[in-house]
Amino acid sequence: MSKYLLNKFLFTVDRDPELVERYREEPRATVEMWEAEYANRILGCHTGESSTWLRFDDVEREALAAHDYPKLFELGAHPFLTLTLFIAMFERDHPPLGFQKEYARRLSHMSLPYPDIAT
Amino acid sequence: MAELVAVIASTHHPFYYRASTSTGEDRPPFADEWVRKVEAFRETLTRARPDVLVMVGSDHFHQLWLDNMPQFLVGKAPFYDANFYNEEREFGLPRMVFSGQEELSAYILREGLDAGFDLAFSNELRIDHSITCPIITLRPQNDLPIVPVYTNIFAPPLPQPKRFVQLGRTIRELVESWPSGQRVAVIGTGHLSLELGGPRQFGPHGPDPEFDRRAVEWISTGDLEGCLSEVTLDSLWEPGNATHGFMDFMLMMGVAGEGKKADYVDTYDLFHTMEAYFTWYPNGGDGS
Repeated sequence: MSKYLLNKFLFTVDRDPELVERYREEPRATVEMWEAEYANRILGCHTGESSTWLRFDDVEREALAAHDYPKLFELGAHPFLTLTLFIAMFERDHPPLGFQKEYARRLSHMSLPYPDIAT
Repeated sequence: MAELVAVIASTHHPFYYRASTSTGEDRPPFADEWVRKVEAFRETLTRARPDVLVMVGSDHFHQLWLDNMPQFLVGKAPFYDANFYNEEREFGLPRMVFSGQEELSAYILREGLDAGFDLAFSNELRIDHSITCPIITLRPQNDLPIVPVYTNIFAPPLPQPKRFVQLGRTIRELVESWPSGQRVAVIGTGHLSLELGGPRQFGPHGPDPEFDRRAVEWISTGDLEGCLSEVTLDSLWEPGNATHGFMDFMLMMGVAGEGKKADYVDTYDLFHTMEAYFTWYPNGGDGS
Protein backbone atom coordinates (compact mmCIF):
# COMPACT_ATOMS: atom_id res chain seq x y z
CA MET A 1 0.00 0.00 0.00
CA SER A 2 1.36 3.40 -0.95
CA LYS A 3 -0.46 6.58 -0.06
CA TYR A 4 2.58 8.32 -1.46
CA LEU A 5 2.11 6.79 -4.90
CA LEU A 6 -1.62 7.59 -4.94
CA ASN A 7 -0.73 11.18 -4.12
CA LYS A 8 1.98 11.17 -6.78
CA PHE A 9 -0.56 10.11 -9.38
CA LEU A 10 -3.03 12.81 -8.33
CA PHE A 11 -0.27 15.45 -8.17
CA THR A 12 1.35 14.73 -11.51
CA VAL A 13 -1.92 14.34 -13.41
CA ASP A 14 -3.46 17.46 -11.88
CA ARG A 15 -0.60 19.70 -13.01
CA ASP A 16 -0.69 18.48 -16.63
CA PRO A 17 -3.67 19.66 -18.74
CA GLU A 18 -3.26 16.82 -21.23
CA LEU A 19 -3.16 14.15 -18.52
CA VAL A 20 -6.21 15.65 -16.83
CA GLU A 21 -8.21 15.13 -20.04
CA ARG A 22 -6.81 11.67 -20.67
CA TYR A 23 -7.67 10.59 -17.14
CA ARG A 24 -11.19 11.97 -17.47
CA GLU A 25 -11.86 10.20 -20.78
CA GLU A 26 -9.90 6.95 -20.36
CA PRO A 27 -9.24 6.41 -16.68
CA ARG A 28 -8.22 2.76 -16.77
CA ALA A 29 -5.84 3.15 -19.68
CA THR A 30 -4.38 6.31 -18.18
CA VAL A 31 -3.71 4.61 -14.85
CA GLU A 32 -1.96 1.73 -16.63
CA MET A 33 0.12 4.11 -18.74
CA TRP A 34 0.98 6.25 -15.73
CA GLU A 35 2.06 3.30 -13.60
CA ALA A 36 4.32 2.08 -16.43
CA GLU A 37 5.81 5.43 -17.43
CA TYR A 38 5.50 7.90 -14.56
CA ALA A 39 5.26 6.06 -11.25
CA ASN A 40 9.00 5.67 -10.76
CA ARG A 41 10.12 9.05 -12.06
CA ILE A 42 11.82 11.15 -9.41
CA LEU A 43 10.56 14.61 -10.23
CA GLY A 44 13.88 16.36 -9.58
CA CYS A 45 16.02 13.80 -11.46
CA HIS A 46 16.37 12.84 -15.11
CA THR A 47 14.70 9.65 -16.26
CA GLY A 48 17.96 7.65 -16.20
CA GLU A 49 17.85 7.95 -12.43
CA SER A 50 14.30 6.83 -11.79
CA SER A 51 13.24 4.68 -8.86
CA THR A 52 12.72 0.96 -9.31
CA TRP A 53 10.21 -0.06 -6.66
CA LEU A 54 7.00 1.96 -6.84
CA ARG A 55 3.74 0.24 -7.82
CA PHE A 56 0.08 0.34 -6.86
CA ASP A 57 -1.61 -2.51 -5.09
CA ASP A 58 -4.78 -3.87 -6.71
CA VAL A 59 -7.16 -1.86 -4.50
CA GLU A 60 -5.36 1.40 -5.21
CA ARG A 61 -5.16 0.76 -8.94
CA GLU A 62 -8.87 -0.06 -9.11
CA ALA A 63 -9.86 3.02 -7.09
CA LEU A 64 -8.01 5.24 -9.53
CA ALA A 65 -9.24 3.36 -12.61
CA ALA A 66 -12.85 3.63 -11.40
CA HIS A 67 -12.63 7.36 -10.55
CA ASP A 68 -13.71 6.20 -7.09
CA TYR A 69 -12.90 9.26 -5.01
CA PRO A 70 -14.71 8.04 -1.87
CA LYS A 71 -12.41 5.01 -1.96
CA LEU A 72 -9.36 7.23 -2.41
CA PHE A 73 -10.45 9.13 0.72
CA GLU A 74 -10.75 5.85 2.62
CA LEU A 75 -7.27 4.83 1.45
CA GLY A 76 -5.77 8.00 2.87
CA ALA A 77 -4.99 9.81 -0.37
CA HIS A 78 -4.50 13.50 0.34
CA PRO A 79 -8.02 15.02 0.19
CA PHE A 80 -6.81 18.29 -1.32
CA LEU A 81 -5.14 16.54 -4.23
CA THR A 82 -8.14 14.32 -4.89
CA LEU A 83 -10.59 17.21 -4.70
CA THR A 84 -8.59 19.48 -6.96
CA LEU A 85 -8.16 16.90 -9.70
CA PHE A 86 -11.75 15.67 -9.61
CA ILE A 87 -13.07 19.25 -9.74
CA ALA A 88 -10.89 19.74 -12.81
CA MET A 89 -12.43 16.70 -14.46
CA PHE A 90 -16.07 16.86 -13.45
CA GLU A 91 -17.10 20.32 -12.26
CA ARG A 92 -17.91 21.13 -15.90
CA ASP A 93 -20.71 18.55 -15.92
CA HIS A 94 -22.63 20.14 -13.04
CA PRO A 95 -24.26 23.45 -12.09
CA PRO A 96 -22.09 25.82 -9.99
CA LEU A 97 -20.92 24.05 -6.81
CA GLY A 98 -23.04 21.04 -7.77
CA PHE A 99 -20.08 18.71 -8.08
CA GLN A 100 -18.52 19.90 -4.84
CA LYS A 101 -21.76 19.24 -2.96
CA GLU A 102 -22.24 15.83 -4.56
CA TYR A 103 -18.66 15.03 -3.58
CA ALA A 104 -19.48 15.87 0.04
CA ARG A 105 -22.65 13.75 -0.11
CA ARG A 106 -20.75 10.75 -1.43
CA LEU A 107 -18.38 11.03 1.55
CA SER A 108 -21.15 11.55 4.10
CA HIS A 109 -20.67 8.07 5.57
CA MET A 110 -17.21 9.10 6.77
CA SER A 111 -16.85 10.38 10.32
CA LEU A 112 -13.98 11.49 12.52
CA PRO A 113 -11.30 10.42 12.83
CA TYR A 114 -10.79 10.42 9.07
CA PRO A 115 -8.30 8.00 7.54
CA ASP A 116 -4.70 8.90 8.24
CA ILE A 117 -3.13 10.88 5.38
CA ALA A 118 0.44 10.83 6.68
CA THR A 119 2.86 9.44 4.13
CA MET B 1 17.30 49.23 12.11
CA ALA B 2 14.26 48.34 10.05
CA GLU B 3 10.87 49.18 11.46
CA LEU B 4 8.00 46.70 11.70
CA VAL B 5 5.13 48.96 10.65
CA ALA B 6 2.26 46.49 10.35
CA VAL B 7 1.43 42.89 11.16
CA ILE B 8 -1.44 41.51 9.12
CA ALA B 9 -3.15 38.14 9.36
CA SER B 10 -5.81 37.12 6.88
CA THR B 11 -7.60 34.21 5.38
CA HIS B 12 -6.69 33.63 1.74
CA HIS B 13 -9.76 32.93 -0.33
CA PRO B 14 -8.89 31.97 -3.90
CA PHE B 15 -12.39 32.85 -5.12
CA TYR B 16 -12.09 36.54 -4.20
CA TYR B 17 -10.39 37.53 -7.44
CA ARG B 18 -13.09 36.03 -9.63
CA ALA B 19 -15.94 37.23 -7.40
CA SER B 20 -14.63 40.78 -7.25
CA THR B 21 -13.96 41.11 -10.98
CA SER B 22 -17.09 39.41 -12.30
CA THR B 23 -20.01 41.45 -13.61
CA GLY B 24 -23.68 41.05 -14.46
CA GLU B 25 -25.19 37.61 -13.95
CA ASP B 26 -21.78 36.15 -13.09
CA ARG B 27 -21.34 38.41 -10.08
CA PRO B 28 -22.28 36.55 -6.89
CA PRO B 29 -24.63 38.31 -4.46
CA PHE B 30 -22.00 38.44 -1.72
CA ALA B 31 -19.37 40.13 -3.92
CA ASP B 32 -20.13 43.81 -3.26
CA GLU B 33 -19.97 43.50 0.52
CA TRP B 34 -16.83 41.35 0.23
CA VAL B 35 -15.13 44.01 -1.90
CA ARG B 36 -16.11 46.70 0.58
CA LYS B 37 -14.59 44.75 3.45
CA VAL B 38 -11.41 43.96 1.55
CA GLU B 39 -10.91 47.56 0.51
CA ALA B 40 -11.28 48.70 4.13
CA PHE B 41 -8.77 46.03 5.15
CA ARG B 42 -6.42 47.15 2.38
CA GLU B 43 -6.38 50.65 3.83
CA THR B 44 -4.86 49.27 7.05
CA LEU B 45 -1.78 48.25 5.08
CA THR B 46 -1.68 51.37 2.91
CA ARG B 47 -1.61 53.71 5.90
CA ALA B 48 1.46 51.90 7.30
CA ARG B 49 3.45 52.93 4.18
CA PRO B 50 5.57 49.76 3.96
CA ASP B 51 8.64 49.41 1.76
CA VAL B 52 8.95 45.63 2.02
CA LEU B 53 6.48 42.80 2.59
CA VAL B 54 7.36 39.56 4.36
CA MET B 55 4.71 37.16 3.09
CA VAL B 56 3.92 34.03 5.11
CA GLY B 57 1.96 31.34 3.32
CA SER B 58 1.92 27.67 2.46
CA ASP B 59 2.48 25.94 -0.85
CA HIS B 60 -0.52 23.78 -1.77
CA PHE B 61 1.41 20.95 -3.47
CA HIS B 62 2.48 23.16 -6.33
CA GLN B 63 6.27 23.38 -6.33
CA LEU B 64 6.93 21.60 -3.04
CA TRP B 65 6.31 17.88 -3.10
CA LEU B 66 6.50 14.83 -0.88
CA ASP B 67 9.86 13.66 -2.24
CA ASN B 68 11.55 16.70 -0.72
CA MET B 69 9.25 18.50 1.71
CA PRO B 70 10.54 21.37 3.85
CA GLN B 71 8.78 22.36 7.07
CA PHE B 72 9.74 26.04 6.90
CA LEU B 73 11.23 27.58 3.77
CA VAL B 74 12.37 31.11 2.90
CA GLY B 75 12.56 32.30 -0.68
CA LYS B 76 15.70 34.14 -1.70
CA ALA B 77 15.47 35.28 -5.28
CA PRO B 78 15.35 38.54 -7.23
CA PHE B 79 11.96 37.61 -8.72
CA TYR B 80 9.12 35.21 -8.05
CA ASP B 81 6.72 34.07 -10.71
CA ALA B 82 3.36 33.24 -9.28
CA ASN B 83 0.21 31.18 -9.63
CA PHE B 84 -0.01 27.82 -11.31
CA TYR B 85 -2.00 26.28 -14.13
CA ASN B 86 -4.42 24.53 -11.77
CA GLU B 87 -5.07 27.83 -9.93
CA GLU B 88 -5.87 29.53 -13.23
CA ARG B 89 -8.11 26.60 -14.08
CA GLU B 90 -10.03 26.36 -10.82
CA PHE B 91 -10.00 29.91 -9.48
CA GLY B 92 -9.34 32.08 -12.52
CA LEU B 93 -6.24 33.55 -10.87
CA PRO B 94 -3.89 35.54 -13.14
CA ARG B 95 -0.20 34.83 -13.64
CA MET B 96 1.86 37.34 -11.67
CA VAL B 97 5.50 38.30 -11.09
CA PHE B 98 6.92 39.74 -7.86
CA SER B 99 10.24 41.33 -7.11
CA GLY B 100 12.21 39.90 -4.20
CA GLN B 101 14.02 41.65 -1.32
CA GLU B 102 17.07 39.39 -1.33
CA GLU B 103 18.96 41.21 1.41
CA LEU B 104 16.18 40.62 3.90
CA SER B 105 15.81 37.02 2.70
CA ALA B 106 19.52 36.45 3.29
CA TYR B 107 19.33 38.10 6.70
CA ILE B 108 16.35 36.00 7.81
CA LEU B 109 18.05 32.82 6.59
CA ARG B 110 21.42 33.46 8.24
CA GLU B 111 20.07 34.85 11.48
CA GLY B 112 17.17 32.39 11.57
CA LEU B 113 19.57 29.46 11.28
CA ASP B 114 21.66 30.92 14.08
CA ALA B 115 18.53 31.43 16.19
CA GLY B 116 17.66 27.73 16.05
CA PHE B 117 15.42 27.42 12.98
CA ASP B 118 16.89 25.11 10.35
CA LEU B 119 15.21 26.96 7.54
CA ALA B 120 15.15 25.56 4.03
CA PHE B 121 15.61 27.98 1.18
CA SER B 122 14.75 28.32 -2.47
CA ASN B 123 16.50 30.40 -5.12
CA GLU B 124 13.79 29.72 -7.69
CA LEU B 125 10.37 29.70 -6.14
CA ARG B 126 7.06 29.98 -7.92
CA ILE B 127 4.57 31.12 -5.35
CA ASP B 128 0.92 30.18 -5.13
CA HIS B 129 -2.39 31.64 -4.02
CA SER B 130 -1.51 31.60 -0.31
CA ILE B 131 0.69 34.62 -1.12
CA THR B 132 -0.88 35.97 -4.29
CA CYS B 133 -4.35 36.22 -2.71
CA PRO B 134 -3.22 38.69 -0.03
CA ILE B 135 -1.33 40.71 -2.64
CA ILE B 136 -4.52 40.86 -4.70
CA THR B 137 -6.57 41.94 -1.69
CA LEU B 138 -4.06 44.14 0.17
CA ARG B 139 -1.64 45.49 -2.44
CA PRO B 140 -3.13 44.96 -5.89
CA GLN B 141 -0.65 47.35 -7.49
CA ASN B 142 2.03 44.75 -6.58
CA ASP B 143 4.73 47.42 -6.31
CA LEU B 144 6.70 46.22 -3.28
CA PRO B 145 9.48 43.63 -3.00
CA ILE B 146 8.66 40.55 -0.97
CA VAL B 147 10.27 37.86 1.14
CA PRO B 148 8.18 34.68 0.89
CA VAL B 149 8.10 32.36 3.89
CA TYR B 150 6.43 28.99 3.43
CA THR B 151 5.20 26.75 6.20
CA ASN B 152 4.07 23.14 6.00
CA ILE B 153 0.45 23.02 7.16
CA PHE B 154 -0.42 20.43 4.59
CA ALA B 155 1.69 17.28 4.52
CA PRO B 156 2.02 15.38 7.83
CA PRO B 157 4.16 15.13 9.86
CA LEU B 158 3.72 18.83 10.62
CA PRO B 159 5.60 21.00 13.09
CA GLN B 160 3.81 21.58 16.39
CA PRO B 161 1.64 24.72 16.80
CA LYS B 162 4.08 26.19 19.31
CA ARG B 163 6.78 26.00 16.65
CA PHE B 164 4.73 28.25 14.37
CA VAL B 165 4.38 30.74 17.23
CA GLN B 166 8.13 30.59 17.90
CA LEU B 167 8.89 31.19 14.24
CA GLY B 168 6.60 34.21 14.28
CA ARG B 169 8.43 35.63 17.28
CA THR B 170 11.74 35.01 15.57
CA ILE B 171 10.64 36.67 12.34
CA ARG B 172 9.67 39.73 14.33
CA GLU B 173 13.05 39.82 16.10
CA LEU B 174 14.86 39.45 12.80
CA VAL B 175 12.85 42.14 11.03
CA GLU B 176 13.47 44.54 13.90
CA SER B 177 17.19 43.79 13.98
CA TRP B 178 17.69 44.00 10.20
CA PRO B 179 20.26 46.74 9.64
CA SER B 180 18.23 48.76 7.19
CA GLY B 181 16.09 51.84 7.20
CA GLN B 182 13.21 50.04 5.51
CA ARG B 183 9.62 49.90 6.72
CA VAL B 184 8.53 46.27 6.83
CA ALA B 185 5.07 44.75 7.01
CA VAL B 186 4.64 41.07 7.81
CA ILE B 187 1.56 39.55 6.20
CA GLY B 188 0.50 35.96 6.78
CA THR B 189 -2.48 34.00 5.58
CA GLY B 190 -4.13 30.84 6.77
CA HIS B 191 -7.57 29.49 7.46
CA LEU B 192 -10.15 29.24 10.19
CA SER B 193 -12.15 26.00 10.14
CA LEU B 194 -11.98 24.48 6.69
CA GLU B 195 -12.79 21.17 5.05
CA LEU B 196 -11.41 20.24 1.64
CA GLY B 197 -12.16 16.94 -0.03
CA GLY B 198 -14.25 15.70 2.89
CA PRO B 199 -17.93 15.31 3.82
CA ARG B 200 -18.20 18.74 5.48
CA GLN B 201 -16.91 20.76 2.52
CA PHE B 202 -18.80 23.56 0.75
CA GLY B 203 -21.55 23.94 3.32
CA PRO B 204 -23.48 27.18 3.91
CA HIS B 205 -20.85 28.26 6.48
CA GLY B 206 -17.43 27.09 7.55
CA PRO B 207 -17.53 23.54 8.93
CA ASP B 208 -17.21 24.67 12.57
CA PRO B 209 -18.62 28.14 13.34
CA GLU B 210 -17.91 27.68 17.05
CA PHE B 211 -14.22 27.08 16.36
CA ASP B 212 -14.24 30.14 14.12
CA ARG B 213 -15.75 32.27 16.87
CA ARG B 214 -13.14 31.17 19.35
CA ALA B 215 -10.32 31.53 16.85
CA VAL B 216 -11.31 35.12 16.07
CA GLU B 217 -11.36 35.80 19.82
CA TRP B 218 -7.87 34.30 20.32
CA ILE B 219 -6.42 36.27 17.43
CA SER B 220 -8.11 39.60 18.08
CA THR B 221 -7.11 39.58 21.76
CA GLY B 222 -3.64 38.10 21.18
CA ASP B 223 -4.52 35.23 23.50
CA LEU B 224 -1.62 32.99 22.60
CA GLU B 225 -1.67 31.23 25.95
CA GLY B 226 -5.31 30.25 25.59
CA CYS B 227 -4.87 29.30 21.98
CA LEU B 228 -1.80 27.14 22.63
CA SER B 229 -3.51 25.45 25.56
CA GLU B 230 -6.32 24.19 23.34
CA VAL B 231 -4.90 23.79 19.85
CA THR B 232 -2.92 20.67 19.05
CA LEU B 233 -2.06 18.85 15.85
CA ASP B 234 -4.73 16.30 16.76
CA SER B 235 -7.40 18.80 17.78
CA LEU B 236 -7.18 20.68 14.49
CA TRP B 237 -8.72 17.76 12.62
CA GLU B 238 -12.00 18.28 14.49
CA PRO B 239 -13.07 21.65 13.04
CA GLY B 240 -12.29 20.49 9.48
CA ASN B 241 -9.63 18.46 7.71
CA ALA B 242 -7.81 21.53 6.32
CA THR B 243 -7.87 23.52 9.56
CA HIS B 244 -4.15 23.07 10.17
CA GLY B 245 -3.86 26.22 8.09
CA PHE B 246 -4.88 27.96 11.31
CA MET B 247 -1.29 27.49 12.46
CA ASP B 248 -0.28 30.27 10.07
CA PHE B 249 -2.60 32.54 12.08
CA MET B 250 -0.80 31.33 15.20
CA LEU B 251 2.51 32.24 13.57
CA MET B 252 1.17 35.74 12.97
CA MET B 253 0.05 35.97 16.61
CA GLY B 254 3.66 35.20 17.43
CA VAL B 255 4.75 38.11 15.23
CA ALA B 256 2.20 40.42 16.86
CA GLY B 257 3.07 39.36 20.40
CA GLU B 258 1.42 37.79 23.45
CA GLY B 259 -1.55 39.78 24.68
CA LYS B 260 -1.44 42.26 21.81
CA LYS B 261 -4.94 43.20 20.79
CA ALA B 262 -5.42 43.62 17.07
CA ASP B 263 -5.99 47.21 15.99
CA TYR B 264 -8.34 46.13 13.21
CA VAL B 265 -10.64 43.11 13.14
CA ASP B 266 -13.23 42.14 10.57
CA THR B 267 -14.90 38.92 9.48
CA TYR B 268 -17.23 37.85 6.71
CA ASP B 269 -19.29 34.70 6.90
CA LEU B 270 -19.29 33.08 3.48
CA PHE B 271 -20.34 29.67 2.24
CA HIS B 272 -17.62 27.04 2.80
CA THR B 273 -15.46 29.20 5.09
CA MET B 274 -15.35 32.36 7.16
CA GLU B 275 -13.15 35.23 6.08
CA ALA B 276 -11.16 36.94 8.84
CA TYR B 277 -8.95 40.05 8.68
CA PHE B 278 -6.63 41.37 11.42
CA THR B 279 -4.09 44.19 11.57
CA TRP B 280 -1.72 45.18 14.36
CA TYR B 281 0.38 48.36 14.42
CA PRO B 282 3.40 47.63 16.64
CA ASN B 283 4.22 51.32 16.94
CA GLY B 284 0.75 52.78 16.96
CA GLY B 285 0.21 53.02 13.23
CA ASP B 286 0.63 56.74 12.97
CA GLY B 287 2.59 56.37 9.75
CA SER B 288 5.54 58.23 11.17
